[in-house]
Amino acid sequence: MERQAAYLRNALFDQGYLDEQFLQLEDLQDQANPHFVEEVVKLFYTDSVRLIQSIELTLKNTPRDFEKLDKIMHQFKGSTTSIGAKKVKKECTQFQEYCNVGNVEGCIREFQEVKQEHAALKRKLENYFQVFHVVHLAREAR
Amino acid sequence: MGLATVEAQFHVLAVDDSLIDRKLIEMLLKKTSYQVTTVDSGSKALEFLGWNDENSNEAFFSPKTNQEVEVNLIITDYCMPGMTGYDLLKKIKESAVLRDIPVVIMSSENVPSRINRCLEEGADEFFLKPVRLADVNKLKPHIMKTKTKESQKPENQDDNDEENQESEENNNSTSNKQVEETQDQLQSESPSQQQQTASSNNNNSKRKSMDEGVSPDRTRPRYNNGLTVMSN
Repeated sequence: MERQAAYLRNALFDQGYLDEQFLQLEDLQDQANPHFVEEVVKLFYTDSVRLIQSIELTLKNTPRDFEKLDKIMHQFKGSTTSIGAKKVKKECTQFQEYCNVGNVEGCIREFQEVKQEHAALKRKLENYFQVFHVVHLAREAR
Repeated sequence: MGLATVEAQFHVLAVDDSLIDRKLIEMLLKKTSYQVTTVDSGSKALEFLGWNDENSNEAFFSPKTNQEVEVNLIITDYCMPGMTGYDLLKKIKESAVLRDIPVVIMSSENVPSRINRCLEEGADEFFLKPVRLADVNKLKPHIMKTKTKESQKPENQDDNDEENQESEENNNSTSNKQVEETQDQLQSESPSQQQQTASSNNNNSKRKSMDEGVSPDRTRPRYNNGLTVMSN
């Protein structure tokens, strides 16, 4: 199980889903706060749902308010940076670039990418934490 | 007074509209043994500090707890809706009661003009997000500056010497020049001279224009006005 946890974790880095900021989070985790990383990730996902919905809504309104879209995305991107969500962050940057030039089609298309990466990372992290829990409980039992 | 006790008494106020970043900064600061209060806006920060237009020049009490609130450092995000980190910094530096509290700005964007503007307005440090443990470790000299100023009263001379030694030993800060100047400042005994030195030190290392910060009629403003320091 431990090997599986390590494998899953390494894969996330190797495949570019996570960057070194995630390592910073792991460094902050300790005996006093053994689930800190998971807590932060959970917070990210609850918080980002709100932002995604907001972008969704703003994208529907015409004429498109690119300034507002950029603002919301800036917040969202900030969160992705803070947890080390590398791929999601990349899509956010792309989205902002489309905003800056007022490319509606690009924004809409790119937003789908953002949501996809966001969901993909969530699945992978959930999977990883599930295994991590088992390992952690096993360690505590020793 | 052991080092652990001294560190546990440092109280940092963290201001950020992002929930995730608040959680992060809180953990970073706790890891460094600071007591932390987080708020999600500049106006809430000012409220917590007991600031308002009328009494910004007097000692204050937090309206909520009716107790003296001691904050040793404020760390704030730059980009916030309503009051930005820069606006908050300005308000703090304009207040005779609050201006001595070191302020650190955080931003996800590396904009040199923004950084300069903040440093010139009196910010002690500017951190790029995401903030790391290494960054938070740089806060110590700034916090010690304020803490030592307060304890430099005649009856506390012994404590002060001890703190001087501790701060010398524990200064891992990379800005060595600033550290040396801080230590020189710690050894000076006259409060007003100390404040002058602080300004010129800051000028050297941070390119701030602090001239307006040292006014002749400012009589050693202390937000706790010589009352008992609240221990935590």
